[in-house]
Amino acid sequence: MVTRRLTTPLTEDEVRSLKVGDEILIDGYIYAARDAAHKRMITSIEQGQQLPFDPQGQMIYYVGPCPAPPGKVIGSAGPTTSGRMDAYTPPLLERGLRGMIGKGDRSQAVVDAMKKHGAVYLAAVGGAGVYLAERIVSVDPVAYPELGPEALLRLEVRSFPCVVAIDCEGKNIYEQVRRKLDVSPNKEELYDEKP
Amino acid sequence: MREIHCEQIKAAVKDCVLKANLELPGDIVIALQEAAEKEESPRARSLMKIMLDNAEMAIQQQMAVCQDTGLVAVTICMGQDVHIVGGDISEAVNAGIRDGYREGWFRQSVVSDPLERINSGDNTPAVIHYEVSAGDHFSITVFPKGAGSENMGQLTMLKPSQGLEGVREFVVKVVKEAGGNACPPLVVGVGIGGNMEMAAYMAKKALLRPVDRRHPKNELAALEIELLGLVNQLGLGPQGLGGESTALAVNIETYPTHIACLPVAVSLSCHATRRSSCEL
Repeated sequence: MVTRRLTTPLTEDEVRSLKVGDEILIDGYIYAARDAAHKRMITSIEQGQQLPFDPQGQMIYYVGPCPAPPGKVIGSAGPTTSGRMDAYTPPLLERGLRGMIGKGDRSQAVVDAMKKHGAVYLAAVGGAGVYLAERIVSVDPVAYPELGPEALLRLEVRSFPCVVAIDCEGKNIYEQVRRKLDVSPNKEELYDEKP
Repeated sequence: MREIHCEQIKAAVKDCVLKANLELPGDIVIALQEAAEKEESPRARSLMKIMLDNAEMAIQQQMAVCQDTGLVAVTICMGQDVHIVGGDISEAVNAGIRDGYREGWFRQSVVSDPLERINSGDNTPAVIHYEVSAGDHFSITVFPKGAGSENMGQLTMLKPSQGLEGVREFVVKVVKEAGGNACPPLVVGVGIGGNMEMAAYMAKKALLRPVDRRHPKNELAALEIELLGLVNQLGLGPQGLGGESTALAVNIETYPTHIACLPVAVSLSCHATRRSSCEL
């Protein structure tokens, strides 16, 4: 098992080459959005309006960070539970979204849409808010500032660590764990590479 | 009659929420270290190492351990001989939370109405419980709990005939259904007995007990150890990505119940279980 580096935006070929259980480090820009921002984006799609960013080739990170303390670009910023965004995800995948970062399992409808459109779902370490914030190097507001911690942001990340939890073929690490298959990588330490 | 001023309560609540969100309790840190040492899965070990590194970084950088700084549950245990002066006690508690969350740069995670869903902007109100008994003591416990784990809690009203086996099955089912959502390794709080709301309250109360302390009643202490073994056999592991460390502890609290009832509530808490107490 090797740690792969990926730089956003991602092509369909890059995403299709990722396999469940792969460890990856992401560089580039990702978009922070959670419950309320998703609800607004889906309302925009339903009303035929333009989205605040073009999802083509991009990744969404399900996060509602703490405010940035003085001297920092962002406060604690670990992933939130992805399942709450299941209902909103297929329309974004239809529009070219290549990946989502969060924690916990996804619905079958999301997995089916990922297979159809070529997208990947990555797990970041829930509850490691300070550790992950350190790999976010800049933050730009994109839309919905009135939502406070739920605003849509563009984050620049360096060596942001994730595990491929569900790949483009629909292979799912949570399902493997439930079926008690061996999912251990043959590697002593994950994420040993510093940003 | 002992007098306690609302300003004292406000200041104490502020200190408690700051400490709780910045410092993982010592018993949780030790339990995570021990779990990481025992764990055979390299991925599980390395995830727990990240969790422990994160806790250290939170103290060094004075940043919240987890961005979900939670809806704060506050338990006030007070003697009936205490007289609160200088304002309203619940307002003082909320003022302390407001100040602490602003000063700590913590996330505002409360909406004022569950259906309108507009952020209250200052992480209030808290959920406040008062336990009044004889004496003139006054203690405050704050328990800021994130929604990832909170959303995975469940309650059931078993038939008494389902007994201990029913309790076992329910606890394992709740942990299994939570998967990676509740951020394992978990602390599993189990409330058995009472009525519907008391079972839930006992489950929460169980989560406030340090994970290295078993129930004082031998039978319940043995059940805690047995249930911990059962949930760890699920193999969910840290973050639900596989491993033996699904839970750090199962804590049980019980209460007398009706002849026809066997309520069981299971409240899950994440690896970043945060709590802090103080006495005035």
